[in-house]
Formats: sequence, C-alpha cells, structure tokens
Amino acid sequence: MGEFVVHRVRFFDYMPSAIRAMAFNGSTQRLAVARGDGAVEIFNFADNYFQEKVIPGRSDRAIEALCWVRGRLFSAGLSGEIIEYDLEKLRPRYSVEAYGGPIWTISSNSQETLLGVGCEDGTVKMFEILEERIQFQRNLDRQKGRIISLSWHPSGAQIAAGMIDMIRIFDAETGKSTLKRSSQNRTAPKTHVVVWSVAFLSNDTVISGDSAGKVQIWDAVTGTLIRNHLITKWDVLGLAVSQDESSVIAGTSEGTVVQFQALASTMGQENNQWVRTRTFKNHTHDVRALVHTDTAVVSGGMDTQLVVRPLLDKVEKNTQESALRKILFPHKSLVCCARKAGLLLFQFPDHLELWRLGESRQAGDRLPVMKNPEKLIQLQNKGEDHICCSAVSPCGSWVAFSTVSSVRLYKLQLSNGNISIKKMLLRAFSAFLSFPGSSQPIHLLSASENGNWLAAANTDGQIHVFNLHKLKVSSYLFLHCTLPVYSSCPTAIAIHPTTGHLLSAHADQQIFEFSLKLKEYTAWSRSLQREGLHPLWLQRDTPITHIAFNRNKPAHVFLHDAFMFCIIDQSLPLPQARKKLYNQMDLKTISPQKRMQESHAFKICKMFQHLLSIHLLDDSSLVVVERPLADIVSQLPPPVRQKKFAT
Amino acid sequence: MVEHGDVRVVHKGGSKINFREPALSTDSRFLLCASGESVKVFSTATEECLHALQGHTDLITGVLLRPSNHLQAYSCSLDGTVRLWDFTDGILIRTYSIGYPIYELFQLVAVHLPQCGEQLVEAKELSAVLSNISSNPAASAFGREVRIFRCLEVYFFKNFFLKKDNQKGGKNTFTCITCHPTEDCIASGHEDGKIRLWRNFNHRKEYTYSTLHWHHSAVSSLRFTPEGTNLLSGGVESVLVQWRYNQESQRDFLPRLGGAITHISVSPDGALFCTSHSDNKITIIQSCVKVSAVIQGLVKGDRIRTDLMIEPRSKALVLNGKPGHLQFYSLQRDKLLYNLDIVQQEYIHESGLEQFEVVMAAFDASGSWLATVEERKQKAPELELNLKLWAFDDQKQSFVLNTTISAPHEGRITALCFPHVSDGQTTMLVSTSRDGHFKAWQLAAPGFIKFYLILKGPSWSCDFLGAYHSLVPECCCFSADSSLLAVGFQEVVTVWTPASWELLTTLSQPPGAVRDLCFGRLSCSKYLLGATTSRLLCCWNLLTCSLEWVTSMDVSLLLADPLSENMAAFCFEAGSTDLFVFKPGEPRPLFSHKALCSGRVTHAVFVPREVMLESCDEASQWLNCSHLYFLTQSMDLLTFITKAEEDKLTASSKQLVVSDDVAMTPFHLLLGKHRDQLENPQAESRLSVEPIRQPSSSAGINELLQMPAHVLPSASFLCSMFVQSLLISKEEEMESEKEEEDSDGEMESRISRPEHMPSGESGCAAPALTKEEVRELRRLKKLDHSWMKGLLD
Repeated sequence: MGEFVVHRVRFFDYMPSAIRAMAFNGSTQRLAVARGDGAVEIFNFADNYFQEKVIPGRSDRAIEALCWVRGRLFSAGLSGEIIEYDLEKLRPRYSVEAYGGPIWTISSNSQETLLGVGCEDGTVKMFEILEERIQFQRNLDRQKGRIISLSWHPSGAQIAAGMIDMIRIFDAETGKSTLKRSSQNRTAPKTHVVVWSVAFLSNDTVISGDSAGKVQIWDAVTGTLIRNHLITKWDVLGLAVSQDESSVIAGTSEGTVVQFQALASTMGQENNQWVRTRTFKNHTHDVRALVHTDTAVVSGGMDTQLVVRPLLDKVEKNTQESALRKILFPHKSLVCCARKAGLLLFQFPDHLELWRLGESRQAGDRLPVMKNPEKLIQLQNKGEDHICCSAVSPCGSWVAFSTVSSVRLYKLQLSNGNISIKKMLLRAFSAFLSFPGSSQPIHLLSASENGNWLAAANTDGQIHVFNLHKLKVSSYLFLHCTLPVYSSCPTAIAIHPTTGHLLSAHADQQIFEFSLKLKEYTAWSRSLQREGLHPLWLQRDTPITHIAFNRNKPAHVFLHDAFMFCIIDQSLPLPQARKKLYNQMDLKTISPQKRMQESHAFKICKMFQHLLSIHLLDDSSLVVVERPLADIVSQLPPPVRQKKFAT
Repeated sequence: MVEHGDVRVVHKGGSKINFREPALSTDSRFLLCASGESVKVFSTATEECLHALQGHTDLITGVLLRPSNHLQAYSCSLDGTVRLWDFTDGILIRTYSIGYPIYELFQLVAVHLPQCGEQLVEAKELSAVLSNISSNPAASAFGREVRIFRCLEVYFFKNFFLKKDNQKGGKNTFTCITCHPTEDCIASGHEDGKIRLWRNFNHRKEYTYSTLHWHHSAVSSLRFTPEGTNLLSGGVESVLVQWRYNQESQRDFLPRLGGAITHISVSPDGALFCTSHSDNKITIIQSCVKVSAVIQGLVKGDRIRTDLMIEPRSKALVLNGKPGHLQFYSLQRDKLLYNLDIVQQEYIHESGLEQFEVVMAAFDASGSWLATVEERKQKAPELELNLKLWAFDDQKQSFVLNTTISAPHEGRITALCFPHVSDGQTTMLVSTSRDGHFKAWQLAAPGFIKFYLILKGPSWSCDFLGAYHSLVPECCCFSADSSLLAVGFQEVVTVWTPASWELLTTLSQPPGAVRDLCFGRLSCSKYLLGATTSRLLCCWNLLTCSLEWVTSMDVSLLLADPLSENMAAFCFEAGSTDLFVFKPGEPRPLFSHKALCSGRVTHAVFVPREVMLESCDEASQWLNCSHLYFLTQSMDLLTFITKAEEDKLTASSKQLVVSDDVAMTPFHLLLGKHRDQLENPQAESRLSVEPIRQPSSSAGINELLQMPAHVLPSASFLCSMFVQSLLISKEEEMESEKEEEDSDGEMESRISRPEHMPSGESGCAAPALTKEEVRELRRLKKLDHSWMKGLLD
C-alpha cells in the first residue's frame, strides 16, 4: 500500500453543538435532532442511521422542541416563533409568531389536526394545521407560571401540561382546566419543582418527570399519585413513551436513561404496574432529548452525542441491530484541502479558517515539525445565518462558501507572506441542476479533476453526471448519464482523475464503481457485488465520508470513516468472507509468507481515530485531520457532581 | 492394638452454627439451626439454647420447617437420612432414609416423603428436579406455585447468563437467588455486588431486569420478607441492607454486624430476621432493623495461633477469637462465655495491614494467672513482641492486666510454660525464644518504691536467662511436681531445676530436633517424652537418665491428660492423622484410631469431665476422666464419644420438655427467682413430703399481672401488698431459720431443740410430730452428701 508522509492535523477545533430536542417520525423512520446552535439534522433510521439532511442554524434561533406532523417538521423555541421547515430546500418555510413569549414545548394531537404550544406567559395555544400553513385557533385557560411540557391524550380530548410545582389537565374542547395536581416538593417546600416532562397515556395515566429527580405516575381521572420513583438526585429532564405504552424512558441530569415497564405482577393478571427496570449510562452530561423507538432508546444531550441503544429484548441478539451506536461527527466532510497549495479549509458554523500545513525535512518514523502550521485567514460570515458548505480550489486561490440565502466567492493571493483577499461578485446563476422526477435536495457534488464531469447525488439515492465541458458553449448543463438508483443513500462520490470511473460509497457500506465512458458498472464493481463485501466491513457503523485517488497509483482508492481509513487496491483479489479481515497493524505481526497469502484489496489502517478527513496532497503526503474525543469533552461544561464509591 | 469399637468421632460443642441457613419458627419464638450433628433450638428472646435435637450421625446439612405443621421441622444430614422432629418437645417423629448423602434441603423436598406411620421409613422414590445446578446452596430457590416450572426458568437464566459472562469476562456471576412470595419476580445476587430483579420471565424472550447496587463486593445472601414488601441483602460488608420492594431508592441499613453475612432468614410471620455471620454468629434482628439478640458460637478464624487451652476455673476452652481477643467458650453449655481483649487496640478492617495478633497464651494450674504473647510483624527484623501477664480478679470474675513486658525476647517466642504448682501461688513463668535463650519470669514482691512511685501490687520481672550452646530452644515443659524443667534445644533436651537454675542433665537422640516435650503424670511422672522431627517418639526415664523406648512415628502433637497417666499422640501418616492413646509405662497403646481426619492435627486439648465416667470397657476407659477435643485443618472441633454416653444422651433428649416460660422478661426474672427459691427445696423433697403447696403469693401475682392495667388501683396502693406477698411469712421464716441452724451445726441444734420441744408438744402432738418429721426429712435432704461420694471413690 506504500508509505506516506502523514500530516497529523489536530488543530481543527471542531466543536459539535449540544442536542436540545428530538422528534421521531415512525412512519418514515426519520429522526429530527435540534442542536443548540439552531441546526436541525434529519437521520434516516431505515438507512443505517445516515444523517441525510442538515438545516443550518441561525444565531438567534434557540429550538426548544420539535414535532413531526405527517412528514412536516415544526419547531418552536425561545424566540417565540413556530417554524415549519422546508425539508427539500433545507431552510425554514415560514415562521408564525405565537405572541406568548418564549415557547417551551410543542405537541400535536394524534389526529394531527392541532398543534399545542406551551408559552412562557402560562397559556397553551392551539394552532390548526392546514395544508400549507398553521393558523392560530384559540388559547386554553391561562395559568400562572410558564408551561414547561405538554402531552396530548391519545384520544385528543385532553391535554396535560407540566408547569412549575403542578400538572394541569385541560379539556381540549372547552379549554377549561379540569384537574390540578400539585407535585410540590414536600421535603423542601421552599424550592420549586419544575415538571420538565409529562406523558399522557391512553389508560388515563399521567407520568411526569420533575426537577426533584422523581418520576411520578398519576391517575388522571382522580388526580391521585399512584407511584413515585426517585431515580436521581438531580433533574429528570425528559420522558419518552413507546408506541404500545408498555415502556417509558426517563433521561436525567446524571446522563443516565432509566427505563420503566408496565408489568403484570403475577402471570396472567391484568393490572400492570410501572416498575423501574433497566438503567443505561451512555452520557456524561444532561440527557435533554429522548426518543423511544420500537426497538431502541435514542438519547442525546449536552455531551453532543446521539446514542442509539437497542433494547435487547426487542431485537435479535448478536446482530448489527443489537449493537450500540454513538453518532459523534456529522456525516459530511467539514474539511476541504487545496492539494496543490497544501492549504486546509475548516468550516465552522459562523466562520471559515484557512491553514497552511507545517513542514518537516527529516526522515524517520516520527518527524519533528520544522515549521509550525499557520492560520492564514479567518473568514467571518456576516449575518445571522450559519455556513452550510464551503470549498477551496486545489490551487488555493479561490474560497467559496454558502449560507441558506447566499453564496460567496473570494479570491486569495498569497505572495511571500502577504495575504490579500478579494470578494468576487457572482452573477446570477446561469445554470441550474435539475433532477428529473425528484425534489429531494442534492447533498453531494464532485467534479472530475480535469473539469469535464460533475457528479451530483441527492438524498433519494440518485446520482447524475453532467458534462461541464459543454457549459462553456451553452449556459445549460448537459446531463451525461444517470446511475442506477441504489436503495441506500450515497455518502461519498468521486470521479477518478485518470480512468474516469465514478466511485460511490453508500450508507449501507456498499461501494460501486461506474464507468462514465461505457455508462455501466465496471468489472471490478461487478465482481465486488458478486463476491460480496466482508462482514466486518459491513458491520462498521460510520459512513464513508470522503473518497480520494492516488495519481501515481491509479488502482488505489482512499476511503475513510470516523474510525479507520482504507486503501482499496483494485489490482489485488477481494477478501474472502470466511477469512479474517486483517488490518495493517495485525499484518505486521504475522510472518511474511502468511502476509502474502492474507493480502487482499482492502488495506485498513486504524492508527488514526476520530477522523474528520483524509486528503492526499500532490506531493504524495497524506493529511489526516483528527479530532480526539478528549478535546471535545474538555470543552464541555463540567457534569453534575456525583458521589463515586471510594472517593 | 485395641480397636476403636464403640468410640466415635463426633461434632460436639463449638461446631459451626453458620453452616446452613437457620430456620425461625412460625411464632418467631424458636430458632432452629444445624450445628454439627444436632439441631439446636434456641430461644429468640433469651439467646439460650433450649435443647438439641440429636439423632443424626453425620453433619446436618439443612433444617426446614414442615410447611403443613408449624411445630415440626425436617432436617437432613450427610448420613443420608431426613428426620422429622417435633422441635418444641425435642422428639424425633420419623426418619426417612434416603441412602445418599444429602447436601441441601429444598422447600419442596425433592424426595417424595411417603406418609407412613412407621418410625423408620425407607424412601426410595427419588425424583430428579434439577441437575447440573451449582453446588452452592444459596444458588437455588423455589418460588410460589409452579415450582418446577419456575426452577427450570431459573436454570435457564443461570445457564444463559453464565455463558454470557464467560464471553464478556464480566463479574456478574450468580451468587444467590430468591423468589418473591407473591409476585413474579426473582432477585439474584451477583459477584460484582449487584442485585438484579428479574421480571416478566414467563415470556422466554421479553424478560427484563432492574439492577440495585449498593454492595461493593459479592452479595452472599438475599431474602424477601414474607409479605414481599422488603428485600434483605447481605455480604462481606457485614451490613444488612433492607430494600423497599418497588421503592428501591429507599433502603435501610443495619451496619456493624461484626462479620460477613453468610445467610439471611426471615421468620414466617415477618417479625424477626436472622443473619448468620462468618464468625460463627447468628444475629436476631427485629423487623424494625434493630438487633435484638446475638447467638455466638465458637469463633473460628482461618487459623488459630494459640493452642487450645482449658481455663482451670471455669473449665472453659480458650483460644483465639475475634482479632486481638481470647475467647472463653464453655463446652459443657456450648456457649461463648466472654471475650478478653488482649491487644487492647482498635482492629482496623483492612487487608494487608499488619496488626497485633495474640500468638500464645498459657494458664497456670490454679487459673489465677494468664500469660499472653502478642506480636506484630511488619518486616522480618522489626518484630514487635509483648508479653502480658493477667491476674484473675475475684471481684470482677475476669482477668486484669498485671504486667506488660514489651520486647521480652529478641526473637519470636516459641513456648510459654507455667509450673504445675497445685498449692499456693504460682510465681514463675518460663518462655523460650528463637533468639537462643529461655527466660524465667518471677513474680516480684510489692513495695518497690521510687520516690513517689509505689507499685500497688506484685508484678513480674525477669529472674533468669538460660541458654545452651547458642542453640535455639523450641519447647519447654515442667514436670508434674514442677521440680524439673525440660527445655528442648534442637536435638538436645536439657533438664534444669527451677529452684537453683542448675543444668541437671542433657538428653539427646539425634538426628532431628525435638518438637514436643511432655512429662508423664501421676505414676508415670518419671518419664519424659519427646517427639522429634525425624519421625521418632522417644521416652526417657529420668531416674536412670536413659532412653526407655523409642518408636518411629511422625508425631504432630503430643498431649498429656492432666487427670490421668494417659498421653495422646496425633501422628501424621499418608495425608491423614492417626491418634494413639497410651501410657508411657506400658508397651501397648490404650486406644488407636486410624485416619481420624485428613490433614495435620496441630491443636488438641484434654478437657476434664464434670462427672467421671465409670466405663470398664478397655477401649473407652481413657475417656473416663477427660474428653479429648481436637481441631482439624478445616477448623472443625471434633471429639470422641463412647457408645454408652451416646445412648444416654439420645434417651434423655426424648424426655426433654420445653418449659413454657422461655421468654425472659424482667418480670420473669423477678418472679422466676422467687419461684425458684420456693420451689427448689421442695423439689428436692418432692417424693418424700406431701404434695407441693403453691407459693401463697403466686396467685395474687398472677392476678396482678393478668388484670388489665386500666382496672387496677394505683401502683402505690398495690406496691405494699405486692411487696408483702413477696415476703416470707414470719412462721415460715422462723422455720427456715431453724433449718439453717440445723444444717449449720448439729451440736447447736441439739442444744436448742429441747427448748423448743415442750412448746410443740404442749400444743397439739400429732401435727407437731409430723412437722418435726418433715423438718427432719428436709434437713437430711439438705445435707451435703458429697463427702460420702468422696469416701466411695
């Protein structure tokens, strides 16, 4: 596989934002995640948990709650507006002011006709969901104190609201408050108890989680407390109910998720009791958002990780389904490399950074840095919108980025230490890409090195190749060919600089190679499909986010995900499914003869962890951008204090 | 060689009471626990052992109340029988012979017990309920109704999870398991200190569990209370944890129970819990988590440093007990008398910490002095030694520290010996040490004055320091009359006279260092016996200073019976220990027992009997004066019992009846004493005199106690009446006074009688005469006949 000079870059201070809210749409298997910076991410749980869409945030948008209504996504936040998102153009479609101060919670009834929001001023406002917009219908009885949480009865006739020190149940028809339950802290009456979360079940049971660390089960008819579970010394921040209402999970400030199950006390009896069962500890900080899918517990919080924890009684054991997944990094590359100039462009939500790589002249295993890497430019974005994508040209003289509303292009001039930057004016777009038969957003673009081809992929899995050569002649993009649609979404595409093959990697870890000349899959791709990929390769849980090629060795393809990078040597035989898939470190330990026998096309290196990007420079040195998890953790606020045994 | 025909090795006294889970009776008044070869019935209120259910011939491995009759209990034993007892009366009802050693008794006895009226029943219908389960008895439990089904489920869990553990290398191996009494819930304890509550296990796949975690190391026992509202757990921490079922964040703790908890059991009415501890203790706990009683057995650590000793005054067995303590254990009553704190330092429960240990102790013949040696070894050269001498305080009825000698020797002390002075005070102690010296310590007279410092009593100081060719002394022994001291210096035995500390003679029998030295007693006091490391037992005649005989045996312990000429030698032969009892003057051993137990016996003691046995049987004659107790390597205290003795015990056990008033209330103490005083003299004369007259006051007192408090007059009004009723009436008093006079001296009574006689005769003759007769009879009864026994002997 050859040896490379590796730039091990750790100066990209990428910091993911905390997860604030989540909503799961069971019919489309999509999970919407709202982050602290206002960004909304859509994960496709049917397609290997791939992050297929990202709606960039705004500095003034603080989302508190998310809600799916028949494939439409609504959010509400402390700005006091309800926003519906356009999931095709990846931007807010419209926003409606609720005129009730900051909104803490949003919830739709099961008939999906009404949207209830809980406001700071103590009102529950009802919005009617129309085809194109939402319309204010009426207020329920105004209460003293803010409405923190809302939950509809599945019949839609009643709505439970969690407030400070109390839970109220409203009649949805009349808007009258029917029942009030004080959940005040009896042991310390001075302190207020915030009911962070309520859940209204169909058998007239209300479950509440509050800041006293208790999960309480109430009878909604009589308003009596049925059972009280003290699960933490700190707050219970979120609750989520399974579809069949047999299981409830509660997230706490300690980072634990506690499961409660309704179980019959003896076999064959009807009266189910809510019993605390399992405790999951996958977070170090507050668990702010929870989703209970049919087979898994999905949790996210302050520590920015999205954790999918399968319930082992619901899935088959020892399958890919039963493995714990942690989603740490975005499933797209935030790093762009100017491979001729040796520059790196890092994308942050509100600015870009351009760095020049360091240098070293010595030879050996570990090279000392002779010249430190240097930050050339920090390009601040104007306005509230966050940057959604960015690029630097291979020669390093052009930098472009875009927000939801605009595209900006800058020309850089680097002449012996002097840097000058010039904003270029863009003419109105002369050419539009249009995908026939699909309105889904394009999430991947890749141009060939010679500038002849442009490949584009959308989240429907379509990949189109356009001929850029003819762009100079007419201002119309000529569609060269369309690849057969594969069921899984492509996560990275690239066009080979010499052979002109299009390589695509998909969310289910499949790899295809398509010849643009012959407009068909190449022989290598066919043999790969015939023999199948190695099971270990298919069991990886992060998608391939970047594909690169080596100019000197055309048969080599560079791929990487968050935990490994791999060079596929297309000239070598494919690995057998039965055999062990050695990685390079293991290969070094076995004898040379055996190494020859074991050598196969997939050369995997796990030396670098938490990889954000890998690029090959023109001088055949490799740039590896890592972001160690410890660095992210060190930037998080300190977690709540917990007594540990023997400390 | 005499065969050991009717002499049997038994567990008797000081056996483990924490071996298996004890059973509490339904009314929480009795505690049944397996103790060696008998089931002991304790009163939960008074901690007293009421009686022992005897009949099994091997170790008892389980006790269980009979579910259908709460006054009966089953016990099972390694002898292959299950016995059914009426435990209140101590009567064996039925014996089921199974034919295989039984290791554990389940609630649903796996063996179908036939319902027959016969006394001895052969039960051959074995139904294999479970196979391949862990041999640990805590790892099995039965649930509510569908027992077979449930236990298959449990079995399924066990198998499944043990497999899973092996893959992960986790520490969540099952240690104990219990079932909820009313709900479908199984609690399991794990090696890593977690408790899991399994639910929904009726569905094969969708079982679920919740985890409780408080213990930091393995959970050793789990039990639900009968109502299922609480779960009790215990482990090494010696803390009883009470979890509220379904409110698991609330728990109660009962800390400082003293030893690792091995079993927990709960009485069927839920009023009492009891925990067994690793230091052979049962703690009875009220359900409000308060300790109400402690039943302490013989404390056995993992090893014993001191020898087994007999305290001459109370005839109690003395050995290491709690760390830094000596325990005084009464073998007759099978009860711990008290612990004597020797080290007098706080013991810190931390592994790897070197702390002072009592390594040696010795009593003098009269029991007025106790010498102890404690040592702490931090590193080899920094050995810390203390020799302490304790005087018996008659007022406190305990030993009081008299002298502490720090660093009495430079090396480890190998032996400690008091001379056998039968009369008068002991004033000498000899200690030998690895530093090559032996020292004689003398009780110095009081009155040493140094300005203001006046020593109040006598204290001990070094009198003589002896050595022999810089050899290391290993053992020492005084002759029976204490005129000679033998000190074994490796191969050489030196004989000294303690009066002038002259070396009288040396005896030697190379090769091999002398390990044990022992003088013969009574008629054999001219013999000195020594066991050497080269597997020889030598007997020297001290009159001729020559070797009398020598025999080849690997003696690990040589012991002399203080009341007879007999000597016992424990020989280690091919992995097990043989016992030989012999007289030094006779060529044939009195008794021998091959393969007594596996491993070496290093501790044994002759315990003098309270009542001499008069057995003429040759093989058991040596047991007439004393019991021989010995401690095996697995820390079991065993002894020998003759057939005759055994028969007597089993016969008497069937007639035992538990007295009704077991509960020891303050009132009982008051009344009981009173009643005893009244009853005892009568009881003795029960057969000869007219039927017992109930104490006149008892009816009144009973009335007083049974009346509801609110209908009684005020206490001050009743008090005088009550006290009156307790007093003995004047007439009675006079009588008793007279009786005392009579018994005090016959001379006086003879003088005084004529004065009384006329007055008695002048009144009414016939009743007076009978009264006189009665008095005479009483007097005779009261007389001490012990002198007669002495004559007969």
